[in-house]
Amino acid sequence: MSSALDQIFVHAKGWLLSWIAGAPNWVILITSSLINIFGLLAVFLTLFALISVLERKILGRMQNRYGPNRVGPFGLFQPVADGIKMLIKEDIVPARADKVVHFLAPVVLAAVAILTLGVIPYGRNMTAFRIDGGILFFFAVGSATELAVFMAGWASNNKFSMLGAMRAIAQMFSYELPLIIAVLPVVMVVGSLMPDTIVAAQGEYTFGIVPRWFVFTPWGAAAFMLFFVSGLVESNRTPFDVPEGESEIVAGHMTEYSGFKYATFFLAEYLGMFAVSGLAVTLFLGGWHAPARMLEFVPSSIWFFAKLSTLLFVYIWLRATLPRTRVDQMMTVAWKFMLPMSFTCVIAAAVWHYAGRGLRGWLWSLFVILIVYTALSTLLDTRRKFARRVYRFAE
Amino acid sequence: MNGAAFIVISVFTLAAALAAAALPNLMHAAFCLVLALLGLASFFFLLGAEFVGLALVFIYIGAVAVLIVFTILLTRRDSKEHHGLNWSGVLIAFAVFSGLMWAVLKTHLLSIVPPHVRALTVKQIGQALMTSYVWPLQCVGLLLTAALIGALVLVMEERR
Repeated sequence: MSSALDQIFVHAKGWLLSWIAGAPNWVILITSSLINIFGLLAVFLTLFALISVLERKILGRMQNRYGPNRVGPFGLFQPVADGIKMLIKEDIVPARADKVVHFLAPVVLAAVAILTLGVIPYGRNMTAFRIDGGILFFFAVGSATELAVFMAGWASNNKFSMLGAMRAIAQMFSYELPLIIAVLPVVMVVGSLMPDTIVAAQGEYTFGIVPRWFVFTPWGAAAFMLFFVSGLVESNRTPFDVPEGESEIVAGHMTEYSGFKYATFFLAEYLGMFAVSGLAVTLFLGGWHAPARMLEFVPSSIWFFAKLSTLLFVYIWLRATLPRTRVDQMMTVAWKFMLPMSFTCVIAAAVWHYAGRGLRGWLWSLFVILIVYTALSTLLDTRRKFARRVYRFAE
Repeated sequence: MNGAAFIVISVFTLAAALAAAALPNLMHAAFCLVLALLGLASFFFLLGAEFVGLALVFIYIGAVAVLIVFTILLTRRDSKEHHGLNWSGVLIAFAVFSGLMWAVLKTHLLSIVPPHVRALTVKQIGQALMTSYVWPLQCVGLLLTAALIGALVLVMEERR
């Protein structure tokens, strides 16, 4: 019974495919892919609509005010109203803009975000695009985001757009390094770049109680935090929304976009956030595995989305809590702290592996991480050597 | 189906490459170059060499393309002017093409009937890199580190 419930979507797909059982092989292949794409889009566009209203509700709650509460019960139909508003808004393209590139930029951005969603396993046997180098695919496709942002900034022919795009690219390149290197220890320990294998490696329980998720090892916990913060930067969200800092450069690369194109940027940002949180769940939080053996009767996809929602809540929570960072501080943290720490995670994972993956390895890798962390935070401590601030202007 | 896919990808790649060579606006040409590279990557996917295809996307579209567009942005103010056909470029392109063709035609290793090759998994590539090719890998790593440090030295603030 529980396994039938667990595999309900897989069986539904099999049932749909049985309708065209006699067709040639390539028809079945294409239909199967189309069903996967349709399912993925349906789930994540719904989640986008839901999150956009929930985020405003939660932000309202944290800032001691009501969120949206006019449209439908508890304001739940707000995304519908927003969508209609965005669709009937005038689409303004600047006269000096590059029309084609200006139109293509949000499309490319959204397409990249949707593609990266494909490789994540959402449940037992539920990966839309099963590929041997899934993690590599995620980052390879994700690296096209920078180009899309540049297209948006350049095609708008506006100084604020260009400045925003420059900032976005600088921050994305800087944080892509710790993001990818924080993934390395997991790939090393599992010995595979395939997300399904990585999830399968976290399926057992130590002493029968503690699940073997990588976040419960010292290197995994450190890498998870690095990955999470870098993911926050990659999705351009507060406190790292420097590229679109409203008080400084209007809206960055999105300044010259209006109507549905602006909504597409918004959509791409949220889909990117889902993708990076989904990958964090897959890599460090055990993917679709239940947190205890007795809870395994709950379908695996429910566990995945529960973990995903928790991470998304933390994203919203941080947005409500923290002010925007300064550009130079952000870069300093990326290159002087996050990068060495992510390399330390790789070494600590190797130590954990060679000390026998048990309690001894756990303690040794904790030791390695603590030493580097202490050394780095002592070195980077700016409180004592606060010099007079000198401004250098561009010559 | 593979044949059809091959034709579609070839037409796409060639059209994008032609546009990259012919478009008057340099930035448009750079974006078309990205499309051509995407076509090349899909060729590798079609051949089952997904690692090479992904590496191509990662390095060329993720990094080199951004480098190219930034170079155009920061160096050329007259990127919108049309300069006419650059004949020396045509000559060099033709020389490179004929050299490559000569090399391909002289090679006896290529047989007309494709041998049955099993596609390498990412894991096999990783193991090969870490065992038999570990010294070349280390040399490349050293070279890249040197390049990184060199770049840092170049942009370092001069102390007065």
